[in-house]
Amino acid sequence: MELSFLIGGEAGMGVMLSGRIFSKAFVRGGYHVFATNEYPSLIRGGHNFYLARVSDKKVWSQIKRVDLLIALDRLTLKKHKDKLHKESVTVVDHIDLSGFSLHGRVVNVPLSGIVKELEAPLILRNAVALGAAVAILDYDLNILLNVMRDTFRGKPLEKNIEVARAGYEYVKERFDVHSFKIKLRPLKSSRRLFVSGNESIALGALRAGMKVFAAYPMTPASPILHFLARLQRDFDVVVLQPESELAAINIVIGSWFAGVRAMTATSGGGFSLMTEAFGQAGMTEIPVVIVLAQRQGPSTGLPTYTSQGDLRFVLHASQGEFPRVVIAPGNIEEAFYLTVEAFNIAERYQLPVVVLVDKYLAESYSSIEPFDLSKAKVKRGEIISGIYKGGEYKRYLFTETGISPMVIPGTKGAIVKVNSSEHDEYGFTCEDPLIVTKMNEKRFKKLELLAKEIESSNLGVKVYGDGEVTLIAWGSTKGPILESLKILSKKNIRLKYVQVVFLSPFPVNSVKAAIEESKKIIVVENNMTGQLAGLLKEKIDVTPDDVITKYDGRPFYPHELSSRIEEVI
Amino acid sequence: MVTIKDLSTKAKVRWCPGCGNFAILIAFKRALVELQIEPERVVAVAGIGCHGRIVDYINVNSIHTIHGRVLPIATGIKLANRELIVVGFAGDGDAYAIGLGHLPHAARRNIDIKYIIHNNMIFGLTTGQVAPTSPKGMKTRSTPYGSVEEPLNPIAFALTCGCTFVARGFSGEIEHLKEIFKKALTHRGFAFIDVLQPCVAFNNTYEYFRKRVYKLEESGHDPTDFKLAMEKSLEWGDRIPIGVFYSIKKPIFEDEIPQLRGLPLAYRRIDNIDITRAYAILR
Repeated sequence: MELSFLIGGEAGMGVMLSGRIFSKAFVRGGYHVFATNEYPSLIRGGHNFYLARVSDKKVWSQIKRVDLLIALDRLTLKKHKDKLHKESVTVVDHIDLSGFSLHGRVVNVPLSGIVKELEAPLILRNAVALGAAVAILDYDLNILLNVMRDTFRGKPLEKNIEVARAGYEYVKERFDVHSFKIKLRPLKSSRRLFVSGNESIALGALRAGMKVFAAYPMTPASPILHFLARLQRDFDVVVLQPESELAAINIVIGSWFAGVRAMTATSGGGFSLMTEAFGQAGMTEIPVVIVLAQRQGPSTGLPTYTSQGDLRFVLHASQGEFPRVVIAPGNIEEAFYLTVEAFNIAERYQLPVVVLVDKYLAESYSSIEPFDLSKAKVKRGEIISGIYKGGEYKRYLFTETGISPMVIPGTKGAIVKVNSSEHDEYGFTCEDPLIVTKMNEKRFKKLELLAKEIESSNLGVKVYGDGEVTLIAWGSTKGPILESLKILSKKNIRLKYVQVVFLSPFPVNSVKAAIEESKKIIVVENNMTGQLAGLLKEKIDVTPDDVITKYDGRPFYPHELSSRIEEVI
Repeated sequence: MVTIKDLSTKAKVRWCPGCGNFAILIAFKRALVELQIEPERVVAVAGIGCHGRIVDYINVNSIHTIHGRVLPIATGIKLANRELIVVGFAGDGDAYAIGLGHLPHAARRNIDIKYIIHNNMIFGLTTGQVAPTSPKGMKTRSTPYGSVEEPLNPIAFALTCGCTFVARGFSGEIEHLKEIFKKALTHRGFAFIDVLQPCVAFNNTYEYFRKRVYKLEESGHDPTDFKLAMEKSLEWGDRIPIGVFYSIKKPIFEDEIPQLRGLPLAYRRIDNIDITRAYAILR
């Protein structure tokens, strides 16, 4: 049982919120949902859409096909009519349909008429449409109304419920609902969560014990700021929107220097401003966690669209050489667990960690099982507070591992000297060539140790399927790739998929082992120049046979990707 | 018992003989001794420039940070552990050029940070270029025909930013400077101290200022009067006021954030935080 629905309209028509409410109604009814959206950088006008796939089985990505289309304006019909098929149902607000030949059935509901009659604000056309859609699908109206009850309060709640009911009854009374081919009846109720990539990251940070979050708003990472701001008092976290990304990253560095786990979140432009401080974290050996949600294009680019164009940037950002960790979750669940891991690694190895996601992963939603907290544990670094009894304290003590015990300021018996200039073991500024050499080696030792840990704990790569042809990819392409594997296996095409999770330190041995017997290697990336493909050449001296790229600001769709794979195998 | 010796480090001081930074270093150490502040409780944050090495020469916790970011680093430290005494040292390049944008915001928050600016009106460490506080017409290596830009007025700027403590010191008046530091260290909130600090190599202003400075404390100035402070901030010519221009009590940022009450964040337990409390909004 599966349903793909799309809600479209202008910015300001409540497309996204109604999409999420509708999705939650299906999640509560026992379905799996994956939802994504597209919107231009506008507050009013333009075209927004919310595209969701509902299924009784786990789904990994959206698909192009639309079974149920809720068109809040004419432009939605124009943009999406090609996705309809003969059994699709389109809900429209009493508009003139001449000039449109639409596949499937059209259910004309006076959305505006109903809200006017019930003296509700015009934006609630979306709630009328949801009520109508529930009737069409023969779903349970009460589940929808309960989601509304948990979303709104007071008058807006009353009105939402009133108009949704009216939409439902309008369809029930005027249409033979049994004649609609798309049906979705509630399964057994479920406690699954409906979470975005951004929310998953934020929850990971809370679980990891983050106490300071500082971020300057930037799409598509801002929802992390909103979500944490809302929860800050429940979790005793300080959430601050400072004057710039320069301030944000330095506040995070200051906090972590003083012993508090802290994070910032931004997109490529904000990270550009953070690069100097990124190097400062590397040099001073102060842990930081930075979430970078990529969007399409250099400069302002397409601020609300997706891309994987910043991999090389992150791997090389900031002057000089210093160890850094770059982790790329592939989906919403991984975003949670890997954020916890990012905090643990940052603190244990005292270096900057980037959680590299993109708009597609950050702003898509998925139904997921409640997190397994036994797999998301805080592992603290070697931090000393209270009283230090080790004699004269050296913040940058040379050790076997390169990791020096970290005393936090305020500790009796120790003075902590941290320095962004090259320094000696005490932290005093130092230009001695021998010490400069040793300090560089000390910092990079940590990365070697981490690389070993990642390889031995199998965190670096994930391998799916089997076959002589291997797809290698990183990040959010995971969903569309897993869906493509399903499509291709029906055609008896078997493929192996290697997901590179750690981009730095690069899991050389794990990747080599995974592709050892491959006859053909195809890299899939949501960018133009094939940045992982280049990295494979650099790190393991493998030249991929093909690189499937996409750089129009949109994620891959499973059927599109599977046919492009078929073309090259 | 904290002594000057406790505040010394083994690092060799590498400023030019006669540098105005010495006075700031000495006055600051004396202020800590007179207030009996243990070095473990202090965190000094320094920017980039000759002044930045000050953290090597004071035995307190410190971070020698990148250019212009003294205030956000200090802010992060204060959020993490509000029990620490956080003091920022910045050059005029840090504070008034590359990092100026942070000042109004730290002031708006009235976060309990002390911000000391080594204002020598020249870029010294980069061998003598124009600074935002260089007088108009000043010839430097980057302005061989004389600077055509008006200098910034740090005191007037700090006042309009909403700083709750605004003072000016002079490296030629160590005792007076120490008193200002003591007042700043006991001020609850954001304290801004601009220090006229001669650069013996590129802009030696000792004589110039010695002839002109006078002490506000000796002239009957009322530091709670904002209008008067603004008026005094515009005084710059034959007579230049030093001392505390403005000092008022206002709620501090740390008191406005309930999450910061009680045990400093740095000492809170973070293992096994129950995130299931957030699940309700995700269903």
